[in-house]
Amino acid sequence: MPILSIRNVSKLFGPNAAQGVKLLNQGYNKERLAKEKQITVGVNQVNMDIEQGEIFVIMGLSGSGKSTLVRMFNRLIDPSAGQILVHDKDIMKMNAEQLRDVRRKTISMVFQKFALFPHRSVLDNVEYGLEIQKIDKSKRRAKAMQSLELVGLKGWEDKMPDELSGGMQQRVGLARALANDPEVLLMDEAFSALDPLIRRDMQDELLDLQEKMKKTIIFITHDLDEALRIGDRIALMRDGEVVQIGTPEEILIHPANRYVQRFVEDVDLSKVLTALHVMRRPETITPDRGPRVALELMRERGVSNLFVIDRGKRLLGAITAEDASRAVKEKLSIEDIMISECPTCPPDRVIGEMFELSSTSPLPISVVDEENRLLGVVVRGSLLGAMAGEVENEGVNGNAAPTIVG
Amino acid sequence: MQHQLLSADMPKLPIASWVDTAVDWMSTNLEGLFDGIAFTIEKVVTFFTDVFTSPHPILFIIILAIIAYFAGKWKLSLFSALGFLLIWNLGYWEATMSTLALVLTSGLVSIVIGIPIGILCAKSRGASNVITPLLDFMQTMPAFVYLLPAVTFFSLGVVPGVIASIIFAIPPTIRLTNLGIQQVSSELVEAADAFGSTGAQKLFKVQLPLAMPTILAGINQTIMLSLSMVVIASMIGAQGIGVEVYRAVTQLRIGQGFEAGLAVVVLAIVLDRLSQNIFKPAQKRRNAK
Repeated sequence: MPILSIRNVSKLFGPNAAQGVKLLNQGYNKERLAKEKQITVGVNQVNMDIEQGEIFVIMGLSGSGKSTLVRMFNRLIDPSAGQILVHDKDIMKMNAEQLRDVRRKTISMVFQKFALFPHRSVLDNVEYGLEIQKIDKSKRRAKAMQSLELVGLKGWEDKMPDELSGGMQQRVGLARALANDPEVLLMDEAFSALDPLIRRDMQDELLDLQEKMKKTIIFITHDLDEALRIGDRIALMRDGEVVQIGTPEEILIHPANRYVQRFVEDVDLSKVLTALHVMRRPETITPDRGPRVALELMRERGVSNLFVIDRGKRLLGAITAEDASRAVKEKLSIEDIMISECPTCPPDRVIGEMFELSSTSPLPISVVDEENRLLGVVVRGSLLGAMAGEVENEGVNGNAAPTIVG
Repeated sequence: MQHQLLSADMPKLPIASWVDTAVDWMSTNLEGLFDGIAFTIEKVVTFFTDVFTSPHPILFIIILAIIAYFAGKWKLSLFSALGFLLIWNLGYWEATMSTLALVLTSGLVSIVIGIPIGILCAKSRGASNVITPLLDFMQTMPAFVYLLPAVTFFSLGVVPGVIASIIFAIPPTIRLTNLGIQQVSSELVEAADAFGSTGAQKLFKVQLPLAMPTILAGINQTIMLSLSMVVIASMIGAQGIGVEVYRAVTQLRIGQGFEAGLAVVVLAIVLDRLSQNIFKPAQKRRNAK
């Protein structure tokens, strides 16, 4: 069950906004509403389900309605029509007290310009959400300290917000939202006010934090690179409507329409696609085979090298065709001719960072997991192909399981 | 000349008699209320007067200098001490202390009434629409005009002087409280809402603390305005330094008028600097931590 369901939510602005919803249902389009009734459609009949534990990115240019939409999730803005279900309960039907309870315990928010209270110290800022719930001082202090430690700001708790850099201020903003231990985190352009390098660090840290916390994060951004980097799923918005919802790969590889296509065509694929997307199935052999078998296998598969793995699929090294034929003549074993220092990388390495590695060795790059198990290989050709936009489906689906010979 | 011609042709609106009738009605029917107000104000003024006049002037000046030191360092401290020594020397000590008591009373009442009204204006557009023109009216109506109904309701003496000062001096506190709250960045208000604050929590934990510098500027203005009105109020029998000024003016004693005026100026400067600075160090200290 989704943690947050948005059903046909619309927000109209103007003196006759209430009437506008009906007209919209009768098939008036936005231009006609604006012209005849002076009604602006901010968000138009949006539907989305946000699942527990995912990073759901809502992405769009300014004026696309994304900030308005996200403010309706905790009713900072009341929708003109539609339902917003948190754990299947419609927050539109809640009274003030129930709504406060949702805001205090279920949904916390991080703001674009940090919105730290300038008259409160860092610690007092982080405590704010707990303080208004009247949690006693020592308990909320402990929770706030824990939260500050999580974002790496231990030792800064007595500073005032204006003594901190932008990046640190936003960490405080994040700590303040986390202190309530919410299930859902709304992050409204949370990193947009930071400079690019800090921003990148914050994205990495958010991903690290997410590993530990498994919150549901709804992240608003106008930056496609950011969306692709951190999103498990992305909803692309334009003029108040959702154009496409999908994983970053789906949006890049199968854009729903020309708008999305134009949007993503300038994406630097080298920063988005990872080894997992471009790797091929490796040709492998176990070390107990002889060099003759290896040569035969290479001829059969049309490759000039083989990867040597043990029974647990762990990578031991690689052999080349040249060495194999030498081994046949000189009666050597595979272990004797094996090159054990071959280039490796983890599956989430972006391809932009793989070119250098690829140039250091004639061997393809082996993609291995934390336990050194071989997942696939990346040849230089597929790196170049991926940059040109050709991605093999096999790689995208991530099921390039190695075949074991022997 | 033209307006005389016009008024000869047209019947005059009887606004003056309407106001008179209303004032008459109020003075007969709301007597109990006015008596209660008069009693309270009188008590407060007496309390302040007692506090200021009971210690020896030297002791008072020392205490004042110490407070001034904390508010504005040695410059203000020195000025306050010398200024009040001068007042003592000129023989206006008693009168100045009475004036100070009146100013603090009307200032205090203005703050107690003005800040909640200012908050109301900030929270409710309707209230703001009603109260803002009322404030314009109160500030632009010549101050002397307040003296008359004040006398009608409270007879001569201290109380009508304080009431007139309050009416004259309260608008800045209301206006700047309203302004200060409205100026709090909408993002911060949104953040307070997003974490589930109640209206009161938002007001006391976010809006009022952030509006405080503006509100304090309003209070400072209120104190200065009530000082200027308290001097005028001597015309209807309020005690204090204004009496000396008024006497000197009516008897054309220029030198004495200057002396009394000087006492008012000293009092004004000390009150202004003190009320401007007394809360600032606290904020600075917090920021420097």
